[in-house]
Amino acid sequence: MKNWIAFWNILAKDMRTYYLKPPNISWGIIFPIVWTGMFFIKSGSGLESVLSLLPGVMTISILFGTTSVLSVTITFERRSRSFERLLLAPISLELLMLAKTSGAILFGVVNVFVPVIIAVFVADLSGITWSLVIPAILLIAVVSTFFGLFIAVSVSEVFEAQTFSNFFRFPMIFLCGLFFPIMSLPVFIRPLSYILPITYGVDILHGAITGEHIMSLTLDFLVIGAFCVVLFLLSLYNIKRKWIS
Amino acid sequence: MQSESTIAFEVSKLTKRYGEVVAVNDISFSVARGELFGFLGPNGAGKTTTINVLTGLARPDAGTINIGGIDCTHNPKAAQHLVGVVPDESNLYAELTGFDNLCFCAALYGMRKNERQERARDLLAIVGLTDAANRKFANYSKGMKRKLTFAAGIIHQPPILFLDEPTTGIDVASARQVRQIIASLHRKGTTVFLTTHYIEEAERLCERIAFIVSGRIVRIDRTADLLQPVKGKNILVLSISNYEPGISEEIAKAFPEYHVQSTNQGKVRVESAEQIIVGPLVHFLEERGIQMTEARRQVPSLEDVFVRVTGIEAGLMKKEK
Ligand SMILES: Nc1ncnc2c1ncn2[C@@H]1O[C@H](COP(=O)(O)OP(=O)(O)OP(=O)(O)O)[C@@H](O)[C@H]1O
Ligand SMILES: [Mg+2]
Repeated sequence: MKNWIAFWNILAKDMRTYYLKPPNISWGIIFPIVWTGMFFIKSGSGLESVLSLLPGVMTISILFGTTSVLSVTITFERRSRSFERLLLAPISLELLMLAKTSGAILFGVVNVFVPVIIAVFVADLSGITWSLVIPAILLIAVVSTFFGLFIAVSVSEVFEAQTFSNFFRFPMIFLCGLFFPIMSLPVFIRPLSYILPITYGVDILHGAITGEHIMSLTLDFLVIGAFCVVLFLLSLYNIKRKWIS
Repeated sequence: MQSESTIAFEVSKLTKRYGEVVAVNDISFSVARGELFGFLGPNGAGKTTTINVLTGLARPDAGTINIGGIDCTHNPKAAQHLVGVVPDESNLYAELTGFDNLCFCAALYGMRKNERQERARDLLAIVGLTDAANRKFANYSKGMKRKLTFAAGIIHQPPILFLDEPTTGIDVASARQVRQIIASLHRKGTTVFLTTHYIEEAERLCERIAFIVSGRIVRIDRTADLLQPVKGKNILVLSISNYEPGISEEIAKAFPEYHVQSTNQGKVRVESAEQIIVGPLVHFLEERGIQMTEARRQVPSLEDVFVRVTGIEAGLMKKEK
């Protein structure tokens, strides 16, 4: 019970002080709309292409929603030393970091509803397998959050965190099959796609929304799940090694 | 030796290195339950490092730590519920109000909402920040920040409290207020570990004091026992306007019953177990054309002991004004 009070309050404080701030909210809403519009116009096709664009736009929404302020919340608090307060609290490091990342995960999940709601009005979503979409959204949110966490605990300055997260975020849009199928990428680049966790989440979304996936869904779930665990454990290891040294 | 149950915490052969620097070097001590223990040392002595290692913010390179009967050497989390920390710098959330900061800190210790708010209000009153309760921490003055940080450290009523220079950088009235709070916590049975470089503060508050210099404890004793050798000593400090080196030697030759020492510029310190008769001294100096502007009797203090034990000139420690 005591642990949950701590967990909930850390999450609520982060939500209030970082996530639910106007610039962050508007960024979260506007960005996916702009991307949707851009690809929609570029593809030059009619409304029937909405479904094929949806997985990519949803993933972008999650990716940018989760990583927008996470690294800032952590590196910033560490620099201002308020993070020490959290480290001194009698809660396990695992629970503490879950609390610190839940805000990002939640924000990513909420963000994804922007393109989905838009799609409801312009396309027929009846063919979508929601029982696959929901877990895929969750897993993409978790894996990109932990990816951001991993970056945040590997650097010490706020600007480094932002630079690094952009360094990974933008290429992922092209490498992970969001809009361009991986199979259309040059052969020598493809290995990169397969070591990025988002690839597997996007594959599930494609499978659930358009039915076109390139790997077995079981494999997709296993790999992205494994990435979640490994990234989280690596981050904890880095925190223990670097911050409690 | 104290029995297990009367010991609040204990460290043994504790060492902490940062690269080449040995911040804490093989220190051992134990603090009894309810004791107010002082850790006195100059800048960079290893005071903060000791607190960090004890509270789980840093990992020791060698030695063992036991807090409240729990071995925390390898699991610093194990005893964190027993411990409160007031760090040397304010580390609350700039964007939250004073009240929200305290409520948040209380929540970290699992306190329920009503309990949190009540405790936050009580503490704001105790540290005199009730009027500033709804202002953002970022807009607090330095002293207000220190006081709120103090309140945050005791929000969960920890049986063991670590205070890292709690009165540094705040005005005299606030410092007195903080000392009163410390004394009152101590009276109520809280074990307090207090680091400071104010010798006077350690003398006034602490029951037992360790002198720490360059990561080593050079002396550890009850305050009364530390003061024993200087107790009953008479000290007279003479201010001399046309001071020249060698004056103290001259005085020492003429008054072999006194222990004479030059201190800072223009001052001569005369020490004796017997009462010091001023007349002959003044006469002696006058005959030699030495102009004495002031003769001040000094109450022997821990400062004398500290200078003797550590060889560090007390003026080098930041002194309280
Ligand atoms: N994180 C760190 N990395 C490297 N060196 C450190 C670190 N923390 C402390 N040190 C070094 O360890 C030594 C002891 O530092 P510490 O902060 O414990 O001193 P202190 O007694 O608290 O001093 P002060 O009175 O100035 O607060 C210093 O030489 C300091 O430079
Ligand atoms: Mg210090």
